[in-house]
Amino acid sequence: MHPKRRNRLLAVTFILLGASATIALVLSALNENLNLFYPPDQVVAGAAPIDTRIRAGGMVKSGSVERDPNSLEVRFVVSDFQGSDFPVRFNGILPDLFREGQGILVQGELQSSGEFAADEVLAKHDENYMPPELAGMAPQNEASAEGEGGG
Amino acid sequence: MIPEAGHAAAIVAFVLSILLALVGLVGAARRDLVLSRATGSLAAGQWVFAAVAFAALTYAFVTDDFSVAYVAENSNSLLPWYYKVSAVWGAHEGSFLLWILVMASWLLAVALRGQYLPFDIRARVLGVMGLLQTGFLSFLLFTSNPFERLLPLAPADGADLNPLLQDFGLIVHPPLLYIGYVGFSVAFSFAVAALLSGRLDAAWARWSRPWTNVAWAFLTVGIALGSWWAYYELGWGGWWFWDPVENSSFMPWLAGTALVHSLAVSEKRGTFKSWTVLLALTVFSLSLLGAFIVRSGVLTSVHAFAVDPTRGLFILGFLGLVVGGSLTLYALRASLIRSAANYSWLSREAFMLINNVLLVVAMALVLLGTLYPLAYEALTGGDKISVGVPYFNAGFVPLMIVLALALGLAPMLRWKRTEARLLWQRSLLPLGLSIVLGIALPLVFTGALDWRVALTFLLGGWIIASQLSDWLRGGLRGRRPAYLGMAIAHCGFALCLLGAGLTSLLSFERDVRLAPGEAAEVGDYRFAFSGTQQITGANYLANQGEFLVTPKDAGAQAPGVRLTPEKRRYMARGSVMTEAAIDAGLFRDLYVSLGEVVDAKADAWAIRIQVKPFVRFIWLGALLMALGGLLAIFDPRYRRLRQRVTAQTDAVPVPGDIDQAATGSV
Repeated sequence: MHPKRRNRLLAVTFILLGASATIALVLSALNENLNLFYPPDQVVAGAAPIDTRIRAGGMVKSGSVERDPNSLEVRFVVSDFQGSDFPVRFNGILPDLFREGQGILVQGELQSSGEFAADEVLAKHDENYMPPELAGMAPQNEASAEGEGGG
Repeated sequence: MIPEAGHAAAIVAFVLSILLALVGLVGAARRDLVLSRATGSLAAGQWVFAAVAFAALTYAFVTDDFSVAYVAENSNSLLPWYYKVSAVWGAHEGSFLLWILVMASWLLAVALRGQYLPFDIRARVLGVMGLLQTGFLSFLLFTSNPFERLLPLAPADGADLNPLLQDFGLIVHPPLLYIGYVGFSVAFSFAVAALLSGRLDAAWARWSRPWTNVAWAFLTVGIALGSWWAYYELGWGGWWFWDPVENSSFMPWLAGTALVHSLAVSEKRGTFKSWTVLLALTVFSLSLLGAFIVRSGVLTSVHAFAVDPTRGLFILGFLGLVVGGSLTLYALRASLIRSAANYSWLSREAFMLINNVLLVVAMALVLLGTLYPLAYEALTGGDKISVGVPYFNAGFVPLMIVLALALGLAPMLRWKRTEARLLWQRSLLPLGLSIVLGIALPLVFTGALDWRVALTFLLGGWIIASQLSDWLRGGLRGRRPAYLGMAIAHCGFALCLLGAGLTSLLSFERDVRLAPGEAAEVGDYRFAFSGTQQITGANYLANQGEFLVTPKDAGAQAPGVRLTPEKRRYMARGSVMTEAAIDAGLFRDLYVSLGEVVDAKADAWAIRIQVKPFVRFIWLGALLMALGGLLAIFDPRYRRLRQRVTAQTDAVPVPGDIDQAATGSV
């Protein structure tokens, strides 16, 4: 084969192989790291998988936050204020914006007991910002000094 | 009155930018000197009115005019004056006005400093930038007006700036970031102007380089500032989260780095023209995409502005026009791009190609991870997902390792062809040195030999050693700014790589419950907690904790560092914020933050303690990269070019002459 043509063939083959390998690796890495989101009604109904890393979220039910005074464990209940509640157990420090009656996202695994073992708790970052996942749920009314509209 | 004046000024700026677009593009197409020269005054005019609009909004903030809705949502009478000024860009509408002012400033800069360009290129560049500015101003005026009033029910006081934003970072990060982000519109406009005029010679690359370098340098600093700010402000020690908003600034940076290098090749060797043009179009498109992601609310992010989807639609439409239009233009004119590609595998061109490919692949990787949730939701009719951090690291890290290996060879390669033997000879010393460092330094710093730590030290050492050895080989006499810029920027990259890699591998982090009098051992240090006290700040109340940090092996009475983290409650909104205490050091940071009260009676708190080695290297490396990029534009060849071409532009220009003058060899 003409040397220039052979070089080109080698180059193209190399590029094709490299591209295929890269795409395959990238897609498999992507697949392993997708976190599906489940709102409270799906969690309670059993539509969420057990012992798999998922995201769930809703509003923190007022009066449900309990901290163990001797360790970093905390328990609270997540609700959509439409009848679906599920308990969450978390070991660590809660974010500053975590408050009763406000929306949060938890990341972790749902146990067969129905309790959600969270390894990460994410709170929304300001009073006006609602993560798209939680947009359907109404925040519990709170008599507070936060006066601006929207939310 | 003043806000209305600001609104009117924005409208005038809008009209002026429409005129600028028309005059510039029509003038260049008809080779009309008068019209083309008029672009200069129009550029100045639209800057003046954009500045007036911005000044009006700032005035409203400084004078506590809460009848303006945007001021009422983002300010408060108790806010210190410097935060009142930076609150102007604290949320969507005002920060977009800042974006417009930055765009106007870049327009003015090109108009003033671009006198050396052929008149039709200058007119086209300004015309295209005018088109973009028209788009931006229409977005502001039709969907995001910061001057809207709340009359007649103006509130007595404002809702206060988000406490997380009441910080030095807000004063510097957005302006610097925008200067970079928006600055790539200049490279974009040069590419479009070149495509329109059909002139894609090496001269075009030489004209674009200084502008692109400056924009890239500012973007680098802007991103580094954002990372540093998040690190100390968010309170938890993270410096990069692969968050969609962060990614939307990082993707233009990756493509921009490829562009900066590709422009060098196009200027010097006349090859890679297609790469360079496409990259120039891509970088700015990514900036616009970033604006869409940040301001439309479609993706969950700590940083996203709270905006409604109709604004997102507007930006999406604009993005489609810009990207679609520029790519169509490229497709139509692609046949005019002629590159003579003649180089061997061991050459600067080949390695620049590798560099381009690696950076573009990295950018595509981040793009996929950032947009996938959007696509998934659209395709599955509403199921929401998120992409976890491990995906990004799994893809990005190997690419950077390959890039670092290639980068080490860079100073020793020649254009067109490098003799393998010569390359091997010159690489031996740096290679040997980096292997020695890769084995010795982990032992020195950690007492163990983890292969990942060794690899990180080896790669960083490889880049720096080969750069230094090349510099020394040429003698320590002064080198040209372009060379120094390259050397400093590459060493900066190496430092960044060292910092990111080592802090990820070697950091210690522990959440502990401590009561007064107790201590925790983290890393090589002992953190002794002595309790909290209540303090009052300008607009907040706080619990302030007290820690004494001593080396683990020393006695409890050894002199140590005193750290006072705080838990603040801001009075206006009642929001709670963590103020971490950091002892910054070049080789390690000590980081303590108060979590929450676990046992109120005993004053026991949940506390996060971290020891972060080499984390400062990340931002120092980024600063060096930016410095290198800026240094390169002071090269005398750009000044010589300006002087030579300016002397000729006074005469009536003829197309052939200008080409010859501009492509004079340097």
